Amino acid sequence: MVATDKPTYKVVGTRPIRPDGTDKVTGRAEYGVDTRLEGMLYGAILRSPHAHARIKRLDTSKAEALPGVFAVATNADFPRVESGTMSIGEGTANPVWLVDNLLAGEKVLYHGHAIAAVAAIDQHTAEDACALIEVEYEVLPAVVDVREAMLDTAPILHDDLRTTVRARGVEPSANRPTNIALHLRLEKGDLEKGFAEADVVIEREFETAMFHQGYIEPQNGTAWWDRDGNITIWTSVQGTFNTRDQVAAVLKVDPSRIKVMPMEIGGGFGGKNPIYLEPVAAILSRKSKRPVKMWMPRDAVFLATGPTSATYCRIKIGAKRDGTFVAGHAYLAYEAGAYPGSPVGAGAQCAFAPYNIANQTVDGFDVVVNGPKTAAYRAPGAPASEYAVEATINELAEMLQIEPMDLRLKNASREGTLNSVGAPWPTIGAEAVMQAVKNHPHYNSELQGEDTGRGVALGFWFNGGMESSGTASVQADGRVSLILGTMDIGGSRASMAMMLAEDLGLTMDDINPHVVDTDNVGYNATTGGSRVTFQGGWVTRDLADQIKAQMSARAAAIWDVPADQVKYEDGAFVGPKERFSFKEMAGKLPGTGGLITVSATSKRNTQGPAFAGHIVDLKVDRETGKVQILRYTAIQDVGTAIHPSYVEGQIQGGAVQGIGMALNEEYVYDDQGHLRNASFLDYRMPVANDLPMIDVQMVEVPNPGHPFGVRGVGEVPIVPPQAAIRNALHDAIGINFYRTPVSPRVILDELLPKD
Amino acid sequence: MQALKYARAASVDEAVQMLRDGGPTAKVLAGGTDIIVLARERRRKVELFVDIKHIPETTGISYDSSNGLTIGAATPLYQIYGNSDVVRHYSALAQASHVIGGTAIQGRASLGGNLANSGPAGDSIPAQMALNGTALIAGPNGRREVPIVDFCTGPGQNVLGADEFIVSLHFPHPAAHSGSAWERFIPRNEMDIAVCNSATYLVLNGDVVTEARIALGAVGPKVFMVPTDALVGKPLTDETIAAAGEAAKATATPIDDMRGSVKQRKHLSDVLTQRTIRAAAERARG
Ligand SMILES: Cc1cc2nc3c(=O)[nH]c(=O)nc-3n(C[C@H](O)[C@H](O)[C@H](O)COP(=O)(O)OP(=O)(O)OC[C@H]3O[C@@H](n4cnc5c(N)ncnc54)[C@H](O)[C@@H]3O)c2cc1C
Repeated sequence: MVATDKPTYKVVGTRPIRPDGTDKVTGRAEYGVDTRLEGMLYGAILRSPHAHARIKRLDTSKAEALPGVFAVATNADFPRVESGTMSIGEGTANPVWLVDNLLAGEKVLYHGHAIAAVAAIDQHTAEDACALIEVEYEVLPAVVDVREAMLDTAPILHDDLRTTVRARGVEPSANRPTNIALHLRLEKGDLEKGFAEADVVIEREFETAMFHQGYIEPQNGTAWWDRDGNITIWTSVQGTFNTRDQVAAVLKVDPSRIKVMPMEIGGGFGGKNPIYLEPVAAILSRKSKRPVKMWMPRDAVFLATGPTSATYCRIKIGAKRDGTFVAGHAYLAYEAGAYPGSPVGAGAQCAFAPYNIANQTVDGFDVVVNGPKTAAYRAPGAPASEYAVEATINELAEMLQIEPMDLRLKNASREGTLNSVGAPWPTIGAEAVMQAVKNHPHYNSELQGEDTGRGVALGFWFNGGMESSGTASVQADGRVSLILGTMDIGGSRASMAMMLAEDLGLTMDDINPHVVDTDNVGYNATTGGSRVTFQGGWVTRDLADQIKAQMSARAAAIWDVPADQVKYEDGAFVGPKERFSFKEMAGKLPGTGGLITVSATSKRNTQGPAFAGHIVDLKVDRETGKVQILRYTAIQDVGTAIHPSYVEGQIQGGAVQGIGMALNEEYVYDDQGHLRNASFLDYRMPVANDLPMIDVQMVEVPNPGHPFGVRGVGEVPIVPPQAAIRNALHDAIGINFYRTPVSPRVILDELLPKD
Repeated sequence: MQALKYARAASVDEAVQMLRDGGPTAKVLAGGTDIIVLARERRRKVELFVDIKHIPETTGISYDSSNGLTIGAATPLYQIYGNSDVVRHYSALAQASHVIGGTAIQGRASLGGNLANSGPAGDSIPAQMALNGTALIAGPNGRREVPIVDFCTGPGQNVLGADEFIVSLHFPHPAAHSGSAWERFIPRNEMDIAVCNSATYLVLNGDVVTEARIALGAVGPKVFMVPTDALVGKPLTDETIAAAGEAAKATATPIDDMRGSVKQRKHLSDVLTQRTIRAAAERARG
């Protein structure tokens, strides 16, 4: 059964307190670094001071000789892995590169690249030992800008890298080293014909800086490689199975010999899909025969975990005088960091997604530079390309003298129109969201004050499906244990419990959800791609159906009636004459064949895409260039909100991260590729008093491909803010900016006389 | 992180002795909001912390209208901006204390720590200079007083000799018809380091400025005083205020870094100077 119109629910749509709430608020919840094991050692990592260098000599003997040191690990301690492609949660990687990123092989490829690791009796000794490791470098020229890296004259990171071409009509590159790992092209219609038909053509260039997810909890990992050859890992990551499989690949151990224990996670946003410390801790554990705990100091988190790509985007749109878009071209160059694998593919598919443009081509380039390997970050790839498109559309609206939302609505993608890869859209909320923006009181209110401006922008994200599994056990007291394997980042224990409760006609308190380790539940893909509540809802539906069927059969046996005569209604089993509440029936299970345990696995791919529209009012202080956000409204098609507070929280959080990108956040490198701002002080994420309340309006266009109509909600809200704010700045001070972040310094540079 | 020892001094003399015994890697610990961070990141080698927070003379606030204000060097900031005499008579100091870090930091951080850290952007330093403060310093050779304008000698450098530390800070009582104000520019609203900060103290006779002290931070190797010839002896008008701003801009010698550009900092020197003059004048007019 699938939802079409929104039915009335008893549990879904309410706002109960989350089962993990009390422990988190009172500090009892155990995060990764809370792991403490008998005989545990502490690990530290030596990192490269250079952005690009050959390692000529690496001598760890003095570190090994330091009293209190139990083991030192280098790249040489990894087994030889074969080149190939494997999933790393929300993306793929070559195991060879994974190993090289964990501890550098022949070269260091970015400032902060890990070189060696030490396990010692305490943290101080481990750090002291790192300082005793001798490394001789041959420093090489570095390249940290995507367009410079694409030049023939650029320093080459990987001598064996050649461009993979996935673009019709493009010749594969000459057989020589390059930093361009991939050129992909999406095509629809006839681009030349489209532009020829256009009355107006606009072309603009944009750059976005490299942004970090900025989760509060740093990466961590504790490993114990036992005498039987099994490895146990305690870590806070987005996907335990995802971590298990990556560790297995780089250590060449069967995945089933590795058990990953899920610790509570303090934020991920995509950045806790790749592995950084776990296999290194495992190697140190194997060598020292002790458990080893590691965690990253904050500067290492900035230096060496995966931020999102800095990008260069060029957008060209052709339109008729009446505003009809007839042609679109996007040129997208995304930095991958030190190893291939930027999210340019997703960026390419998202760029024009909200709009129906018959003739379009998107060229995407994945380019390696001397920076940390990028990772997924909330709607990976989408914020940059859509920012560029939304900014261009605003300028086009001005050229055509059409109200910006009217222009968007005129060209909105609808059910059945073809997306950028030529597939028809399913039921989508693009138009509903655009209409909601137009009708919103905020959009129609009068803007007051000097140097104030209003901007809007839209955002699109696919949402993921992937695989989830779960197990439910009916207890004799009538409660149901729900065993999950998806990490709870945004309240998913609560959402799963609510969906199961709804299906069973119970209350949320009747469900007892647990997230367990990889040995104790079926396979679960990562918590990412806004997929967990979507796929989890299918799992709980399957579990509920099995529970109802089995318990109905028991009831039928007790009443001695055919099974099809027992119905399950309103939390009770109803037979021709009698009825048992769920609780009564649960109490009869032990005496009628035993308690019931059921499991389900779901890999449905009927997830619904998500659209968002944001409206922002801001004020610019012309004397200082400082921007104050006065009012912010985020409108989003959420499908069905299972727990509306957590949906709102996701939307607010995404909007705030986008505001940070728009105004102040950015990686600052010097020309030798040294990161200058590896701290929260200088990375400048927004703080609470930088922000007004983010008002949320949820539009509910249920996803027909889900039992409750769920669409993913977590990612799309990070897409619109950069363009919305940039468009508002234009409204406020008449200046169009072509790079994010637009910091006070950048604004002041435009406002002050040029020297 | 590094393994280190901690010692709590009960008196000024004991603190001096502990610093002496500890040698160059013994450091004064006040609120620890600078030094613990530096030690943890191994940017300072520390083997011994000498905690001065439990010495009566280094904590607490005393004020009277003839002697002015004395603040123990390790007094946490929240007590400073929470003191009604400070708020009434030393507005610039109250303002600066109120923005350093955030609530959590203000429960620990001190004026002595901010001054001894001697950062070019230290937020309380312009206020301490504009209000004509003096530091009482204790050391192996007894006690001495140093005007705060002469305290810092460069980025992270100051006049403290080996085993010396600041006991307290003294501020004279402000003149009648005077006012002070402080402001900084940061890209965010909190938890940020100043791109430029400024404090002004001025005395008015009618519309005429009879005395002015303007200090600027984050736009040179140390916090410095801005010449006030454009202002003193003249009526306070848009023109004289602009001229003072111009003087601030001309005196500033900022650097380009990821926190701000030369152009931006020069411009902000002007803007913030003008803003603090206006705010101080408003208070002077009462
Ligand atoms: C999150 C955060 C935000 C911050 N925000 C700001 C800000 O907005 N503005 C700003 O200016 N600073 C800021 N700081 C820096 C710091 O809080 C201030 O400089 C504070 O005033 C330092 O005082 P403290 O008592 O903590 O000093 P400590 O850390 O205890 O000491 C600092 C240095 O001074 C020495 N010292 C301390 N007291 C004395 C003394 N009496 N005599 C001699 N030497 C002494 C110490 O040995 C050490 O070298 C921030 C720090 C953090 C961690």
